[in-house]
Amino acid sequence: MSETTHHSAHHIDVKEFHPRARAAIHNPQIRQNFRKAMDGLMTKRKSAFEGWDLETLRDLGANIRMRALANLPDLLEQLEQKLTENGVTVHWAADGDEACEIVRDICLARDAKSVIKGKSMVSEEMELNHYLEDQGIEALESDLGEYIVQLAEETPSHIIMPAIHKNTTEISQLLHDKTGTDLSNDVEYLTANARLQLREKFRNADVGISGVNFAVAETGTLCLVENEGNGRMTTTVPPCHIAVTGIEKVVPKLEDVTALLALLTRSATGQHITTYFNMISGPRKADELDGPEEVHLVLVDNGRSTIYQDDELLDTLRCIRCGACMNHCPVYTRVGGHAYGTTYPGPIGKILMPHMVGLDEGRHLPTASSLCGACGEVCPVKIPIPDLLVRLRQEAVDGDKLHPAKVRGHGAKRGTVEAMIWKGWSWMHARPGLYRLGTALGARFRKLQPGKLGGWTQYRTAPKLAAKTLHERMKERSQ
Amino acid sequence: MSSRDAILQRLRHRTGGELTAPECDFSVLNRPDWSTAEKLDMFERTIESVHGEVHRTTESGWIDRLAEILQTRGAQTLLIAKEHEIGKALKNATENREDLPQLLVYDEAIDSWQETLFNDVDAGITSTRGGIAETGSLILWPSVDEPRLMSLVPPIHIAVLKASELYTTFHDAMQSQNWAAGMPTNALLVSGPSKTADIEQTLAYGVHGPKELIVLVIE
Repeated sequence: MSETTHHSAHHIDVKEFHPRARAAIHNPQIRQNFRKAMDGLMTKRKSAFEGWDLETLRDLGANIRMRALANLPDLLEQLEQKLTENGVTVHWAADGDEACEIVRDICLARDAKSVIKGKSMVSEEMELNHYLEDQGIEALESDLGEYIVQLAEETPSHIIMPAIHKNTTEISQLLHDKTGTDLSNDVEYLTANARLQLREKFRNADVGISGVNFAVAETGTLCLVENEGNGRMTTTVPPCHIAVTGIEKVVPKLEDVTALLALLTRSATGQHITTYFNMISGPRKADELDGPEEVHLVLVDNGRSTIYQDDELLDTLRCIRCGACMNHCPVYTRVGGHAYGTTYPGPIGKILMPHMVGLDEGRHLPTASSLCGACGEVCPVKIPIPDLLVRLRQEAVDGDKLHPAKVRGHGAKRGTVEAMIWKGWSWMHARPGLYRLGTALGARFRKLQPGKLGGWTQYRTAPKLAAKTLHERMKERSQ
Repeated sequence: MSSRDAILQRLRHRTGGELTAPECDFSVLNRPDWSTAEKLDMFERTIESVHGEVHRTTESGWIDRLAEILQTRGAQTLLIAKEHEIGKALKNATENREDLPQLLVYDEAIDSWQETLFNDVDAGITSTRGGIAETGSLILWPSVDEPRLMSLVPPIHIAVLKASELYTTFHDAMQSQNWAAGMPTNALLVSGPSKTADIEQTLAYGVHGPKELIVLVIE
């Protein structure tokens, strides 16, 4: 496959949100799997923060991320310099395609045939696995959830728990069909078999690819948060380690990670800490006995520097990818992660993906929300997600040619009739006399009001105009 | 222009103007000054809640305890460091006693004996650079003498922790040991054995790393 067709590998159409959501809502298994998981995660998060001054801690988290973003270009340069001093090679990629090419070139230079992967959402964003396979390089996921999703030829439905849409029976059947294990609902047995199969892969892989949770500029340290140990295996056993990360993941101080880690694991899964917090600052030194001989970091932009330009949208880049917003989202819980058709599902996906795919393709994302505000309330770095959803809704119907909005594809949802109605509405509201005349006429002829109002009355009753306007009633009262 | 320069230029010439960095006040992470006994209780409670096993022992009694622990598990081989006092003490001990498993010394680059490490080592023992009471974590600082894989590949990881080296919080440990001055190629916080909940949120231990984490606390 040629490089130019890589993007068409994007086999899910983001625009088809509604039919997928409808199908998911009518699938009791999906509904049950998500409901159970999200209820559990909400309870665990709540108890993990007991005894904490959570508001102050969230303020600190937000400030740490804002401080990092305020100095982003300097910090990236400092990170690059420190990592280079430590023996790590730093690469920069404008988009997912370029990042894939960088990874391919590193693999080719080492004559690598097999890659083992730790969990990385940025690599999902890059669609790296498909790309490497097209290049004849085997890429195997090693995080148990990602491994299951890969065997099922699906994409993750949750950023922390990729296979949350499947229950044990479904996973048992899948592992039986694909790897020959016995049918069993014994999770220990299923896990032990995956361990056996993946250990061989770790031993023989030419390259390990991981994501990064925090990149520390002052020491040149890449931090990985995980429970399974597959991240440690991926970054320690193969002779070459490639870390891929978004440019926003950098923080200035090592100290910063203490607060972010406290927020991340508690918000994500309600754990005080994960089993492993892995801090990597360089390849194997000459006298060391293990570790990769080569370490690379690929810094991926992919739309982030565009988000960075705008004071409101910038807040999106604070995200530490905990997934709490999806765990608490009534829409996500009902439609599941796959309905969105995006790399990042749920509330964070709804404000992040429009920048990556454009508002023309992602036009339904900002409106797939009841604006209940739960996501903003639980966000550990206080991203005002509901406000950003409203902003993106505005951009989706934006028609201002003189001051065009910031997001690619803005105005995609704009309809001529709707735009004219609102223009008339605003014109009338600026003229009190006309407004009174209009409402008075509306009240008199309210019998002529149509009973159906397009999409609005599909799930709601039409609002009825009152017999008398407010002005008229006020006048009556004062008499 | 390279992607690097293009990205940096876009970030530097922000259309929204320059951003101001807020102050960061870390005092919310502060905890009261716990005594060593309190810290140890907290550490034990927290790490045991995630299936870590804590054995309180002494400078003179830990080898006996270790032998007992490994015998119950039927461990045949134990991986030790070459230079560290833990490895040396175990080597000396095996000269007079039979109840310890066969000792393997990690003194060769992994490339030559990877298969043995993956298939034939039952347990590995490492030192720690202290522990964290609040989160029940061990600080591991792999080195030339104690390489990274010692604590990862064998199914049982035994870590030796001095009670006097317990810190209250991660922040406290990092500041006290001045990590910012320089990090090793790899450093770790380990809080329990390897685990996963990726199959319907059911916990299973030992998915990729050790199935058991045993902490010998020297009081």
